[in-house]
Amino acid sequence: MITLTHLLVVSALLFTIGLYAVLVKKNAILILIGVEFMINAAILNLVAFGRYDGAAYGGQIFALFAIVLAAAAVAVALAIILNVYKHYNSIDPDDINDLKD
Amino acid sequence: MTMNLLLFYLLAATAIGSALLIVAMQQLVRSLFLFFLTLFAMAGLYVFALADFIAVTQVIVYVGGVLVLMLFAFMLSNKTLLNDLQLGTKGMFTLPRWQAMFVAVLFLVVLIAMVSQIAVNPPVWITEAQANQTWIRAQDHTIHHLGVNLMTRYVLPFEVISVFLMMTLMGAAHLARKEKKES
Repeated sequence: MITLTHLLVVSALLFTIGLYAVLVKKNAILILIGVEFMINAAILNLVAFGRYDGAAYGGQIFALFAIVLAAAAVAVALAIILNVYKHYNSIDPDDINDLKD
Repeated sequence: MTMNLLLFYLLAATAIGSALLIVAMQQLVRSLFLFFLTLFAMAGLYVFALADFIAVTQVIVYVGGVLVLMLFAFMLSNKTLLNDLQLGTKGMFTLPRWQAMFVAVLFLVVLIAMVSQIAVNPPVWITEAQANQTWIRAQDHTIHHLGVNLMTRYVLPFEVISVFLMMTLMGAAHLARKEKKES
């Protein structure tokens, strides 16, 4: 029998890996992947707890919403990364130091 | 039952292992393809929480949409961008490796402590659901309940998220558009 604890431990591990990737990685796409890991861990948590909500299905429905939000975030973030590269010729976050003039 | 547990451990090991490999690996393209594996294994884990529709959505949206988008943005960009992406010199927060490891392990300890708390004395609504048998069982028609709830109880978040999605699509298209040279 797979209990709540099994799923929660897996999601905690995945969240930690995502956090490490965000903190240590040196390029923007891998940082984005780290953020995706964290979102996936959160969705796993939602789904694991949502199993005990047989009347309203809150966990599963908000997991669906979270997936949609993550997809939207990736689309915008990739567009921003490519644009920043076009403008500054680098994606080093330290080089990007002025607003739109 | 043991087969069940064995499959669960297999999927969990695949997800965690490929995530660790992505973090440890240097080549960007390989880690992008390994990301596929993590997402598929996560979809399998959702099935174990009896959320089969979420698992299918994960495969469609993430593996079909997000990953193809990432690969597209990656392969369509020019070669200097590829090199710059691979050999960046500074991270977003520029933490050294051991400090990031320290923060991450500390966070893991906090999370595991929370999980063990919940395992020892679960929240009241969970024990009530277990006592009244109102939790989701394997023979329930999840998709039916999901659709009815989405259109009745959660119709406002649904509308909000659809407007939000349209705004994001327009914004991304506007950002990614090639700018005309004004002369």
